[in-house]
Amino acid sequence: MTQIYLEDGTAVPVTVVQAGPCHVLQVRSVDRDGYQAVQLGFEDKPRRLAARSERGHVAKLEGKRSKSRGADALPKADCEPQKFIREFRGETDLEVGATVTVEQFAEVKKVDVTGTSKGRGFAGVMKRHNFSGQRASHGVKKVHRHAGGTGCSASPSRLFKGRRMGGQYGNAKQTTRNLEVVRIDAENNLLLIRGAVPGPNGGFVSVRQTNKV
Amino acid sequence: MSQAIMDLVEKTALKENPPKFDVGDTVDVHLRILEGSKERIQVFTGVVIGLSGTGSKEMFSVRRIVAGEGVERKFPLHSPRIDKVEVKRSGVVRRAKLYFLRGRVGKAVRLKERRRV
Repeated sequence: MTQIYLEDGTAVPVTVVQAGPCHVLQVRSVDRDGYQAVQLGFEDKPRRLAARSERGHVAKLEGKRSKSRGADALPKADCEPQKFIREFRGETDLEVGATVTVEQFAEVKKVDVTGTSKGRGFAGVMKRHNFSGQRASHGVKKVHRHAGGTGCSASPSRLFKGRRMGGQYGNAKQTTRNLEVVRIDAENNLLLIRGAVPGPNGGFVSVRQTNKV
Repeated sequence: MSQAIMDLVEKTALKENPPKFDVGDTVDVHLRILEGSKERIQVFTGVVIGLSGTGSKEMFSVRRIVAGEGVERKFPLHSPRIDKVEVKRSGVVRRAKLYFLRGRVGKAVRLKERRRV
């Protein structure tokens, strides 16, 4: 994140997102796939690192044993293999091979950003659930960061489901909704979003118009 | 790569000619203040006791004594609301943060003047 100034001098904390150019790799239709969506790919991947299936997904592969099957092959985007591929549900007038840039957000005021949050490993209840922990003194022994009681006694002799405890925290899909679009830099394909988005610096996120009313 | 992108964005927020001063200088900070639709300039005078942050987030702290009470304000260096910063006097200082001034009162607050060659 960084900080920019608006014309009236207000300082705004912004996250800089490189939004595009993205290639349209596939268009899902109700007839063939059962749902409508557009599949976008971002950032080229070196061919030597891409699996054959990834290379074949973006362009037609020629091989000794390739022969035409009965069905027509799907149209291909004819681009390099892509690092980050996501589908966006809904109707679209985009066609395979088209390029999507930050211009898509020209009219958009608020966005939802989905990414993979920073992994914190096995975290205790204080970090994971904002528990208060226990006192530093007054007889508390070696349990300063523990939760208190977790339930009742002989009746019911078990814990109820949903009891919050330590465990894996982070490294999960997370969406931050209703973030304001501060500025668009069409030349460099940059999207400036107010506030923080999920994930580490340099992480991949998908951005869409907010569905929050 | 990603740092290059961040620099690109920060560059748009930077002033072309950022005010020049050093820690220990006594400065007049000219602030643009919007009152209703009218804009006026307010001046805050004091000693620069520290710089912090980098790029568009760079800030500077100014300390002065008002009615026997120490007052500190922190300004964003590149904010358009900072009209200009005038250096009135330069002080001889040997550290980057002059927090030791906070514990001083009266004559002890003064800094020795630095002669510019």
